[in-house]
Amino acid sequence: MIELLQQYWQQYLWGSPGHWSGLVVTLWLTVASVVLGFALALPLAIMRVSTRPWLAAPVWLFTYVFRGTPLYVQLLICYTGLYSLEAVRATPMLNAFFKDAFNCTLLAFTLNTAAYTTEIFAGAIKATPRGEVEAARAFGMSGFILYRRILLPSALRRALPAYSNEVILMLHATTLASTATITDLLKVARNAASDYYLPFVAYGLAALLYLAITLGLVWAFQRAERKWLAHLRPVRSDAGAPRSV
Amino acid sequence: MVMRNFALVWLAVAAAVTAASGKDWKVIRFGVDPSYPPFESKAPSGELVGFDIDLGKALCAKLNARCEWVENDFDGMIPALRARKIDAVLSDMSVTEKRRQQIDFTDRISYSPTRMVAKAGSDLQPTAESLKGKSIGVEQGTVQETYGRTYLEPQGVKVISYQNQDQVYADLKSGRLDATLQDSIQAEYGFLKTPQGQGFAFAGPEIKDDKILGAAAAIGVRKTDGDLKEALNHALAELKKDGTYQKLAAKYFDLDPSAGPQP
Repeated sequence: MIELLQQYWQQYLWGSPGHWSGLVVTLWLTVASVVLGFALALPLAIMRVSTRPWLAAPVWLFTYVFRGTPLYVQLLICYTGLYSLEAVRATPMLNAFFKDAFNCTLLAFTLNTAAYTTEIFAGAIKATPRGEVEAARAFGMSGFILYRRILLPSALRRALPAYSNEVILMLHATTLASTATITDLLKVARNAASDYYLPFVAYGLAALLYLAITLGLVWAFQRAERKWLAHLRPVRSDAGAPRSV
Repeated sequence: MVMRNFALVWLAVAAAVTAASGKDWKVIRFGVDPSYPPFESKAPSGELVGFDIDLGKALCAKLNARCEWVENDFDGMIPALRARKIDAVLSDMSVTEKRRQQIDFTDRISYSPTRMVAKAGSDLQPTAESLKGKSIGVEQGTVQETYGRTYLEPQGVKVISYQNQDQVYADLKSGRLDATLQDSIQAEYGFLKTPQGQGFAFAGPEIKDDKILGAAAAIGVRKTDGDLKEALNHALAELKKDGTYQKLAAKYFDLDPSAGPQP
């Protein structure tokens, strides 16, 4: 066990420059797919709640397809399926993109998390109290300004708890990356397990590291909720302003 | 009533434990990774086929035992054996020093050295100098993976490991990989001689390395199961003597897979 640690601790954490592996790769995959997914989900969610069918329907189809199929299948289609098509390999730009396993994995993860995030945000936008929108309209706001000043700030706040779940699930979903030959945390654990025949230690170590990341995420989202959802926190009646009874 | 049920459960558990540690082997559970034709693969019907499968069945018949086949990823074979999920590994596993520290092996069942496969006409050689900057594919947990990680990766070769051998060939065909390292018989009969392997060929000679690669495959058994090892060895010798072994080998290979030096 000591030998396994000595041999593999660096690979578990970051590998070496040019051969990144383990925790660093897992974190990078999670952050990149969540950030890209967020950037995609924001406009998609707005389209999703639109009353114009030609805007809403394509987004509905997108989220339906990506939430209705397993991420594993999406990854296999992205990594193995698409690159086996002659048309993809014959197009220089597509060839360069899909040849790299990391690109394929990131694409599948981003689209998947974007689909779920879109639905979370769309739900939150729909749940905006009518009064808020009416008041904003009374002030003459509409379209972009209405979304930027009123709808999105309150919807994103309301979506925070559900969104934090999605981010943590995305972290767990990155373990699928090893099937596309990415040396993420799980892959290093597999390597260590098959090298030393100590599966309990090897996978246990990976589990501890995943727990540590989850702990960090939970902590960060708790701080965010405290900051942005402060108005929902119960207030002690004897604190603050005197009651006006 | 509850007490009686409780007692029955314990009786069943006790029976199961006795059966599992029984000295006469009525059931032999073979671990197999069916992505390695012609040694082991799956027919479209879902049935396991291949040389190792036929040999296992013949061994079971000789021992009056029932064969049970447990599909397992190759890199999890030795842990599964030690955890008693299987009784023996019959999956073209090469005998190496490192594996011998963990488990015991029967007499050799086939001999097949490691060779590299690349595009036909490529001038790649299985050396670090020739492969520098190239991507080569191996199956996770195989001796070829260890070889690549030990000798090639430090010299700037990209060694990429896959869950199964099928995926290695898929990426060789798609062009993600420049070459692959695997058992030469597997490569020849499981890939090069099939429509899949059109346009690919062996690159360079057999790779010789006694320390990591070995060349002889055998059945892996637990070190504590000396009786099973002896029984399998005995049955294997009989199969070789009565010609069954040769007949099975001829069904799958042109050459005699038992050729070559003893392990």
